[in-house]
Amino acid sequence: MAKVIGAIVVDTERCKGCEVCVASCPMQVIELSKEVNGKGYHFAYMAQPDACIGCANCAIVCPDGVITVYKVNKRA
Amino acid sequence: MKLQEIIKEENLVYKRTPLMTDNVLSYCPGCGHGTAHRIVMEVIEEMGVQDDTIGIAPVGCSVLAYDFMNIDMVQAAHGRAPAVATGIKRTWPDKFVFTYQGDGDLAAIGTAETIHACNRGENITIIFINNGIYGMTGGQMAPTTIEGMKTSTSPYGRDLQLMGNPLKITELVAQLPGTYFVARHSVHNPAAVRKTKRAVQKAFQIQKERKGLAFIEIVSNCNSGWKLPPVKANQWMVENMFPFFPPGDIKVDGELVKKE
Ligand SMILES: Cc1ncc(C[n+]2csc(CCOP(=O)(O)OP(=O)(O)O)c2C)c(N)n1
Ligand code: SF4
Ligand code: SF4
Ligand code: SF4
Repeated sequence: MAKVIGAIVVDTERCKGCEVCVASCPMQVIELSKEVNGKGYHFAYMAQPDACIGCANCAIVCPDGVITVYKVNKRA
Repeated sequence: MKLQEIIKEENLVYKRTPLMTDNVLSYCPGCGHGTAHRIVMEVIEEMGVQDDTIGIAPVGCSVLAYDFMNIDMVQAAHGRAPAVATGIKRTWPDKFVFTYQGDGDLAAIGTAETIHACNRGENITIIFINNGIYGMTGGQMAPTTIEGMKTSTSPYGRDLQLMGNPLKITELVAQLPGTYFVARHSVHNPAAVRKTKRAVQKAFQIQKERKGLAFIEIVSNCNSGWKLPPVKANQWMVENMFPFFPPGDIKVDGELVKKE
């Protein structure tokens, strides 16, 4: 299994499904879910969690600021 | 490594600044206003001046900015934010004072206030969100609407013969002796967000050093008004708005940046 060094947590109830994060992720980690949140938005989630490098690109472009990013600096 | 081992407080690299309130933003999905708000709040947080900063909200979609920015704020009549900022800054010269305004607010109804505050060289920061349209009222043509751009009041596209020329108010204020730093940026991708943040940091530093007025334009999408999904709206912006509103520094340290 590929080494996971980054992870994001999306506040799914506040996500508006705009896909700006999807377009900004260099590793194609994020997709919109098939399910919807309480507001009816397809929310963002880590479809490829192993690929996340914790670069925070998604979080800094998210207009609603609903992404939190974690990263482990340890190298394999 | 398991997700639970990564998602721990000590591995945190980014979370929303506490200077953004917990209120859900009233903006459409993908609207650049939210990103622009957060950049300004991050800079204020990092400078540690949240208790000494007063923001002026405009009329427009960001009329409720005071609900989202966790600092002291005033909401001014349409276009009058630079005048209100002038009064506050002159009363409290030690406070950081900034305006946050859309293009309808700053470059249409508030043109006089904008130009005179810039020309006087008030020691304030102006954050100008240019989405080329009146977002809040239903996407009418603004002074910043570019040639050929469709809006609800220019449904066949802006015709320069009939509707006149779009206004580059940022280049215009850069000509005035009172402006010290003038730049245009955007928030549509990570690199642009980082550049905008550096410009906002510089603007607040200039205010701290009492060097004069800093004016930062942020070209941003109004995906609802433009009738495009957010990511497509950002692409349209890059292809169509950037040729007319090119990002970059326009005036630095009181000197116009020479274009080769
Ligand atoms: C004195 C006055 N005139 C007109 C209006 C109607 N009005 C509300 S918002 C707006 C334009 C806002 O456009 P902009 O500043 O570009 O902000 P955006 O909504 O696009 O962020 C107008 C004309 C008003 N509220 N007050
Ligand atoms: S950018 Fe933010 S609001 Fe938009 S889809 Fe991604 S997480 Fe959701
Ligand atoms: S942190 Fe970077 S790699 Fe991970 S999901 Fe966000 S943009 Fe993609
Ligand atoms: S109408 Fe336009 S400017 Fe207003 S919130 Fe929606 S996208 Fe943003």
